[in-house]
Amino acid sequence: MAEIKNYTLNFGPQHPAAHGVLRLILELDGEVVVHADPHIGLLHRGTEKLAETRTWLQTVPYLDRLDYVSMMCNEHAYCLAVERLLGVEVPIRAQYIRVMMDEVTRILNHLLNIGTHALDIGAMGMVLYTFREREDLMDVYEAVSGARLHAAYYRPGGVYRDLPDRMPQYRVNKFKDEATVKRLNAAREGSLLDFVEDFTNRFLGYLDEYHTLLTENRIWKQRTVGIAVVSPEQALQMGFTGPMLRGSGVAWDLRKKQPYEVYDRMDFDIPVGTNGDCYDRYLVRMEEMKQSNRIVKQCIDWLRKNPGPVISDNHKVAPPPREAMKSNMEELIHHFKLFSEGMHVPEGEVYASIEHPKGEFGVWAVSDGANKPYRIKLRSPGFPHLAALTEMCKGHMLADATAIIGTIDLVLGDTDR
Amino acid sequence: MSAKLERLCDKLKEVFGAKIGEPVLSLGEVTVEVPAAAYHEVARTMRDHAELKFEELIDLSGIDYSTYAGRTPGLHFAAVLQLISVTHNWRLRLRAFAPDNEAPALPTVTDLWHAANWYEREAFDLFGIVFNGHPDLRRILTDYGFVGHPFRKDFPVSGYVEMRYDPEMRRVTYQPVTIEPREVTPRIVREAGYGKVDGRG
Repeated sequence: MAEIKNYTLNFGPQHPAAHGVLRLILELDGEVVVHADPHIGLLHRGTEKLAETRTWLQTVPYLDRLDYVSMMCNEHAYCLAVERLLGVEVPIRAQYIRVMMDEVTRILNHLLNIGTHALDIGAMGMVLYTFREREDLMDVYEAVSGARLHAAYYRPGGVYRDLPDRMPQYRVNKFKDEATVKRLNAAREGSLLDFVEDFTNRFLGYLDEYHTLLTENRIWKQRTVGIAVVSPEQALQMGFTGPMLRGSGVAWDLRKKQPYEVYDRMDFDIPVGTNGDCYDRYLVRMEEMKQSNRIVKQCIDWLRKNPGPVISDNHKVAPPPREAMKSNMEELIHHFKLFSEGMHVPEGEVYASIEHPKGEFGVWAVSDGANKPYRIKLRSPGFPHLAALTEMCKGHMLADATAIIGTIDLVLGDTDR
Repeated sequence: MSAKLERLCDKLKEVFGAKIGEPVLSLGEVTVEVPAAAYHEVARTMRDHAELKFEELIDLSGIDYSTYAGRTPGLHFAAVLQLISVTHNWRLRLRAFAPDNEAPALPTVTDLWHAANWYEREAFDLFGIVFNGHPDLRRILTDYGFVGHPFRKDFPVSGYVEMRYDPEMRRVTYQPVTIEPREVTPRIVREAGYGKVDGRG
């Protein structure tokens, strides 16, 4: 009999299924993974150290660059931390806008996850469908903040500005004729809220398409059912949060358990898995998108009826309106001080966390009373999930390693910070 | 919420007595400081005690307190744990200062919460806190062969070395940093009551 030895395989950092720059050292026995050792840090930018040298407001855009598929949720946790330290009240309309944009972000994130997860394990078509819907939501991002990805829309004290009254429209050019432009602009005639509402009405139909493509798909089930089974005890032990924890059957969601903003006024359900395998986590994410859709609808109804301020009127924290700044000496000073020296945050420490699409995203902010943070620690959900990869891969086939990387919804920007 | 947290504070005092510092309830969060000697034992009780049940370690982070404004110099490095109890739905922050500033070390809690594994590697990498008994204490976020602990307050933001491609050697090499450190906005801590006239301002 031939002698068979274990051998080591270097997976990544440049690998299409590595979702960025993940390097995996896989020790294989034939085709079975004996040990997987993820090497991270290839995207480490020292965000926490940079935050110590920037004013409290200047740190906000860095947060976008952590998990670059759910940008606004990252900002949200940071703004909550700063607001809690300052003791600033956020206007109710801003809270509704934040909840709506958080749920839009959740749909964005899960669409990317399900699309690329399917792509990784052989279903090429999925990603084309999910990116079609992502494009609409990216337009929402662009309409509210001016940027498709790195929005910097949430600010300590509220959001940067109110929702726009009109959507940007397509124009005729050599690639798009008049008929195409008319079709594309059909939903863009009204305000942003009209556009989002139109999307929420269409979205359930899209979800059915995904279900048709994947849920009962034999190949998809063969690749995900019974792969990387995590028991509830293991999940807690390994620090899982979000869909990873709920996929294992623990009904834990910060939006319900420790509500922030206006989530306590929303009507939605928390899906929970039973087996704790990749397939259950997929189903949890699919159902979460449906629930997010419900929350977005409720927010739209409320936002239509209730105009009001969207950022705090405490001008030591939030900038004064442009007109006031141009006509009033005191507001001019406030504006100057805020954007040069920055706000002073009272001494203290706070840990603010939100239900990020990937799990619990937390910001531990320590202030010594200066205009810059003393220490910011970002608790990213991907970090403990990736740490558990070793345990989840053990005994699975090499091909399942990509399925497991897909199911933990890995974004290296968020893991490496 | 705060009545519940006061109950947690009372419970902590009852269970641990003098082993831990006074629980601090501030901004809706409970913080407990624990001496390094009792750290592991306290952490175990926090996880296992039926009325505390902190079964999940959410975060473990290092911190360097050496330049904290208004703080008398003492111990610099601490490990800070954010714990959560899924059973009781409450959170707790546990802080343990490492006894020696030159060679900070603490016992590991990896045996209590597996999630601590990478978090302790990160705190070791960035702050140089050694976790005794950790199964695999390697650097995690910095480059292979990195020297120093970058999140310490005495480590410059621009670092000491930079990387470039050397066309003659035809490979990537390190060289001392060429960028000048600059600070656009200085760090300022205002005295109490700054800018206030008759309580207004």
